[in-house]
Amino acid sequence: MELYRSHVLVCGSTGCVSSDSLKIIDLFNKELEKHGLEKEIKVVQTGCFGLCEAGPIVIVYPEGSFYSQVKLDDVPRITEEHLLKGLIVHDLTYKEPGKKEASDSIDDMGFYKKQQRVALRNCGVIDPEILKEYIAYDGYAALAKVLTKMSPEEVVETIKASGLRGRGGGGFPTGLKWEFTSKAEGDVKYVACNADEGDPGAFMDRSVLEGDPHTLVESMTIAAYAVGANYGFVYVRAEYPIAVKRLQIAIDQARENDLLGEDILGSGFSFDMEIREGAGAFVCGEETALIQSIEGRRGMPKVRPPFPANKGIFDKPTLLNNVETFANINQIILKGADWFAGIGTEKSKGTKVFALGGKINNTGLLEIPMGTTLQETIFEVGGGIPNGKAFKAVQTGGPSGGCIPAEHLDTPIDYENLIALGSMMGSGGMIVMDEDNCMVDVARFFLDFTEEESCGKCTPCREGIKRMHELLDKITEGKGKLQDVDKLETLAKTIKKASLCGLGQTAPNPVLSTIRYFRYEYEAHVNEKMCPAGVCQALLQFLVIPEKCKKCGICAAKCPVNCISGVKGKEVYLIDQAKCIKCGACLEACPFDAIKKG
Amino acid sequence: MITLKINGFEVQVERGATILQAAEKVGIKIPMFCYDERFKPHGSCRICVVEVEGARSLMTACCIPAADGMVVQTESEVVVEARKEILDLILANHPLDCLTCEQAGRCTLQDLCYQYDIEETSYEGARKSYEKDVSNEFYTADQTKCILCGKCVYMCSQVQNTDALCFVDRGFETHIGTPFEQGIAESTCVSCGNCVSVCPVGALMPKRREKYRYWEVEKVQTTCAYCGVGCQMELLVKDNRIVEVLPVKGHCNEGLLCVKGRFSFDFVNHRDRLKKPLIRKNGELEEATWDEAYDLIVSKINEIKESDGPDAISAFSSARGLTEDNYLMTKMMRAVVGTNNVDHCARL
Ligand SMILES: Cc1cc2nc3c(=O)[nH]c(=O)nc-3n(C[C@H](O)[C@H](O)[C@H](O)COP(=O)(O)O)c2cc1C
Ligand code: SF4
Ligand code: SF4
Ligand code: SF4
Ligand code: SF4
Ligand code: SF4
Ligand code: SF4
Ligand code: FES
Ligand code: FES
Repeated sequence: MELYRSHVLVCGSTGCVSSDSLKIIDLFNKELEKHGLEKEIKVVQTGCFGLCEAGPIVIVYPEGSFYSQVKLDDVPRITEEHLLKGLIVHDLTYKEPGKKEASDSIDDMGFYKKQQRVALRNCGVIDPEILKEYIAYDGYAALAKVLTKMSPEEVVETIKASGLRGRGGGGFPTGLKWEFTSKAEGDVKYVACNADEGDPGAFMDRSVLEGDPHTLVESMTIAAYAVGANYGFVYVRAEYPIAVKRLQIAIDQARENDLLGEDILGSGFSFDMEIREGAGAFVCGEETALIQSIEGRRGMPKVRPPFPANKGIFDKPTLLNNVETFANINQIILKGADWFAGIGTEKSKGTKVFALGGKINNTGLLEIPMGTTLQETIFEVGGGIPNGKAFKAVQTGGPSGGCIPAEHLDTPIDYENLIALGSMMGSGGMIVMDEDNCMVDVARFFLDFTEEESCGKCTPCREGIKRMHELLDKITEGKGKLQDVDKLETLAKTIKKASLCGLGQTAPNPVLSTIRYFRYEYEAHVNEKMCPAGVCQALLQFLVIPEKCKKCGICAAKCPVNCISGVKGKEVYLIDQAKCIKCGACLEACPFDAIKKG
Repeated sequence: MITLKINGFEVQVERGATILQAAEKVGIKIPMFCYDERFKPHGSCRICVVEVEGARSLMTACCIPAADGMVVQTESEVVVEARKEILDLILANHPLDCLTCEQAGRCTLQDLCYQYDIEETSYEGARKSYEKDVSNEFYTADQTKCILCGKCVYMCSQVQNTDALCFVDRGFETHIGTPFEQGIAESTCVSCGNCVSVCPVGALMPKRREKYRYWEVEKVQTTCAYCGVGCQMELLVKDNRIVEVLPVKGHCNEGLLCVKGRFSFDFVNHRDRLKKPLIRKNGELEEATWDEAYDLIVSKINEIKESDGPDAISAFSSARGLTEDNYLMTKMMRAVVGTNNVDHCARL
């Protein structure tokens, strides 16, 4: 094996690939050759580093220098300065928002300090398309251990003892699910992986598939051994082409190397798997709908019981887990249940990956121990709110999560705490809102999504979300009454209580949580016909402040609908509210801050 | 056996029985739109929700199994509120055309709104509007009135096994259609009408030949005369004329009919229908008595048998005859006439 003095890690995941990181890899290779460095320095295409917003990202080891937004022109400089002369190119390394200087090493970055990477451990570290790299990081050691030293019952017991709970949203104890499936009667059983990842903004599953696909192959094989299955399905959305491609490469490599297929590692155990691509309906992430979709039917949730553990794919006992859930399995086998149970809180063990977005400095993917507070996550790992704005709320759990206000920021993140606050873990979406967000508008925004994604099967969800949406439209348009807020609340509660599947049961969360924590904002909309955050167009007014107006007429010249009148130099300008389209052009144009929004 | 409590009454049922089956055992009625024991449990409409002590959400009685020690309330305040909300939501997206709607009097939505005192919806907002599909010979599909209970789809796919209908689109736009929205005439539909029979509202309706209201008709249960299956049916009779036929859950048909039994009853009152035997005399068909007709048949058979032998005679019987009649016919041909020349229309 060759030894390299330095490694150049270039992110090859969706975010960075879309900003041309593959060309950067090619150019690095050419540059290294040009300088005769190709034997000393190796360029590695890796999975995602998490800070996708700063992509394309290049990390040079052993220094750990974190180069962000690297352009093709930067490649010769990094090669000549850093790789040839050993000088970090400081103006290209990442400067975290709020910090005076860029960190020299990834180890000093606030974004990574509180993180603990278990599920994402190999993402951004190894080349996902090379099996040897995975093996070098203990890949398939867990499978070997399981097949040679453990009985299926011992595997199930280990997972139970670890306290791992499903990362797909529900938080169901994984070990229990494995036990149910292993005890279910049936000669044919299946293992399935939910990689549908329908939450807009969440991409932890994609990240694992793109950055460490063998982890899934290995863990699904372990699961199959534990529950007595010989065939598996991975349901991935077709919008994830890189993930599908890399997973297929991993499956093929595993087959070629005796790690998948007949008689794995000579153990007598056989297991094989295939990828099923979904067409991208959010509801197909719901387990029973997913199973129907795998069977070739319209993805519509079914009544449970029967649960998939007893009657799943083609009515056979089926173990279904999420990608991130699986990504923890091989680590638990290798390091032991106690190690895993030592991380996190009493009822929520281990780490959780979150996709942080919205009004936050460090947009990206992070993995933190359960029990980290929202405060630490948002202000330390996330780097706080940009532009000095005040934090207002954080929405956790994807489009059906609730909005949690500032007074609960010190809550340690775990399944129960988030539910108690009217939100949920979901798949780990985390959207931060600041003082400029109107919470009524936020609730309406999320209903846009759930209204369209409802499968249409059951009455409360199909008809009810539509009506909630209409009531919110009415309120944001200034046509709402106080009764509408009450109506909204009772309707939301009925939808939650009476819907068939998780989609309908959670879709009202944004509405209920914003009414719970930000009722005054609703009341301002209906009583005072005012949007305190200045977001709802229909309730906005642009007004000239007479004392400040210098009678310059610049605003009038900018107004696209000519609704500002006045006489240049003589008369204070006046906005005709009936004609104003609330575009805000005058506010921006006025050099004297004489126009206010209210 | 498991024991549970419903509205304070203790009830014992077999393991696997639903809350609904348990409730029926003690005579407690639970409203339903979408349930049908012939389908796999699907729980779409949610009107049958009941309160189960300790459960996070409401449970649909029609498809959730009863459990030992369960304490169920079927008309508690929460339950009634949820049902009213569901009816309110359905009405918000349903034309209240009861005055002219042909389903009036046989409509579950009408009945449940009456039961729960829902006079009108409390919502304003978008309503669906679809063009009525009148392409089928025997029935119409008006999606504007559909409440998406799914029964027609499951009837066609799970019971009739024709798979002509499906759900189309998602969310508020969801509606029942045929693959690629080609319309019913272009689909695989065999016009059995079983979907029409289970539709709880006026979305799927037989094409009527004349006007009648369901409360005006007299019901006569009978056996279908078209074929040997012997389906049970109910004739709806107004002014001594059959106006519609509905299936009855009989032994051999379990509430199903085929296109003939369900829709083809016009012949009964048709003016061309033969009610007396006709004998051709001098090239003209003339009415005769049954005795005259039988005499003629016997003499002709004897004549032919005499001149050309029994194999010059054959008999052809009808599927609409009873099994016994068909048996007698073959017996007569073989034993009396002396030929094996017998055949039957169902062979074609
Ligand atoms: C509307 C809806 C969407 C869901 N989407 C996903 C998804 O995209 N990925 C996922 O893993 N689980 C999703 N789930 C949760 C799954 O139903 C299921 O609980 C999960 O995949 C089980 O795996 P776990 O126990 O490992 O979490 C969704 C649930 C609902 C109700
Ligand atoms: S709750 Fe919504 S998504 Fe779930 S089955 Fe009902 S209509 Fe479909
Ligand atoms: S907000 Fe736009 S439309 Fe209204 S006065 Fe200003 S420039 Fe004119
Ligand atoms: S379907 Fe029922 S509720 Fe609707 S118009 Fe007809 S009778 Fe009235
Ligand atoms: S009439 Fe019969 S075949 Fe046609 S759609 Fe209805 S159930 Fe299916
Ligand atoms: S057409 Fe009738 S049976 Fe079919 S879904 Fe609509 S209401 Fe139900
Ligand atoms: S003709 Fe059709 S409805 Fe009548 S008995 Fe036969 S199968 Fe039944
Ligand atoms: S995609 Fe490159 S860092 Fe996430
Ligand atoms: S009757 Fe039970 S859900 Fe419709």
